[in-house]
Amino acid sequence: MLIKKPDGVKSSEITPERHYINRREFIRTASLAGIGLTTASFLPEALVGQDRWPRGKKGPYDTDEEVNSFKEITTYNNFYEFGTDKGDPAEYSGRFKPKPWTVRIDGEVKRAATFNLEDLLKPHKLEDRIYRMRCVEGWSMVIPWRGFPLADLIKRVEPTSRAKFVAFETVYRPEEMPGQKSDVLGWPYAEGLRLDEALNPLTILSVGLYGKELPNQNGAPLRLVVPWKYGFKGIKSIVKIRFVEKQPPTTWNLSAPDEYGFYSNVNPDVDHPRWSQKSERRIGEFFKRKTLPFNGYADQVAHLYAGMDLRKYF
Amino acid sequence: MKSVVKPGVFVLALSPLALLAWQGLNGELSANPIDYITDETGTWTLRFLTLTLAITPFRKITGWSVLARFRRMLGLFAFFYGMLHFTTYVYLDKFFSIDEIVADIAKRPFITVGFAALVLMIPLAATSADRIAKWIGGKRWRLLHRLVYLTALGGVIHYLWLVKADQQRPLAYGAILALLLGYRLWNFLKPRLVRLRLRLNGEASPV
Repeated sequence: MLIKKPDGVKSSEITPERHYINRREFIRTASLAGIGLTTASFLPEALVGQDRWPRGKKGPYDTDEEVNSFKEITTYNNFYEFGTDKGDPAEYSGRFKPKPWTVRIDGEVKRAATFNLEDLLKPHKLEDRIYRMRCVEGWSMVIPWRGFPLADLIKRVEPTSRAKFVAFETVYRPEEMPGQKSDVLGWPYAEGLRLDEALNPLTILSVGLYGKELPNQNGAPLRLVVPWKYGFKGIKSIVKIRFVEKQPPTTWNLSAPDEYGFYSNVNPDVDHPRWSQKSERRIGEFFKRKTLPFNGYADQVAHLYAGMDLRKYF
Repeated sequence: MKSVVKPGVFVLALSPLALLAWQGLNGELSANPIDYITDETGTWTLRFLTLTLAITPFRKITGWSVLARFRRMLGLFAFFYGMLHFTTYVYLDKFFSIDEIVADIAKRPFITVGFAALVLMIPLAATSADRIAKWIGGKRWRLLHRLVYLTALGGVIHYLWLVKADQQRPLAYGAILALLLGYRLWNFLKPRLVRLRLRLNGEASPV
């Protein structure tokens, strides 16, 4: 099992999955039952509490917004390796084999190596992070990831002083990933971060969500999560991590350089050339909400871009 | 026979809407229902436009003149789904924010061209009734209704400009449209080319 139960959470504290998955239904029923009562707080504490993930303590990086359902998170995906429709990844990723898995780490590092995923993960303590995820297309979700800070891995492999950027690459397996048979994007998918972005404590490598191993359609077995950037920066099914001196090429930027920049920080003030980025539809909500600079993580990351013209470096 | 087929086609043409309603009731409109409805109504607009434009070439090739009876109805369904598409955008996407809509139409080329394509359908829908067609006169009416070529072209461009990377489907519609319009262009040019050649050869035009 890659996913271990986090320490310090008693099994009695964990909401049974079936309650968790049905929590919106539950809340709806509960609020219907509550009509006529003066306030929802009249509902017993234990019942209201079913809507939290994980129950109990909120981590320093967690949002307390309502988490999207497991079904929403695992059936509405952009993962062009499995097809370009949102339902394609869930439908066509069944043949993908995320085990066994190796990750090559090389470039400007002292400890370049090819790791079995188990060995890669062993020293790291997995934690849950409840992050907002904002897609460049104008929708968003709240996802309980499970993973560990990329910074911890970076420290382990000891980058040299020449390492300024980190480049990531997705596996290339057209036999298991039918989308890779079409040339809609250049394969294999590539992404990159500046080293200081990669070291930011918000940046994680994820191996799970909802306390389970990552489903194939969400980037099994190892993916990047960078919550202040548009979702496509979160490269999935990673097989290569390379430390480099120069800004590495990235897939969407190569595909449409004037539409997708290297940085791709969530920014309501810089429109996509073809659509506005001012607002977003949170999956599960009817009304649109305003998009926040850096997807609401400005306090943690705005300093990384001090003095930079974010219209130029979009 | 005739009295059964036409209502049958009418009901069939409503089935995409019925399917959406059914999916809505059963929570099967994906995790993002508003985008899904927008995509579906847009795609069906393009499908009905293509079908409408396919009638005449198909009729001429097969000699199956009864098909002409369905052309207007299919055209009106294209308008119907186009209006549903636009309503979804105005209501569910923009919540009637006129400022935002106007800004969108002015600033976003794919919306500009989509909106123009829809607007061009209005005079066609408005003049579709027999009595109005008669009042306008057959020749002028047919000329007016050639605007549908622009609408279809606008629809394909609208689709092409909104996709992120996967242009396969908009290009497929573009290819079908090119065939359907190419057929008309060929029919228009052929007799003229023949006449021109005859004239250049110094022969008398055939009477």
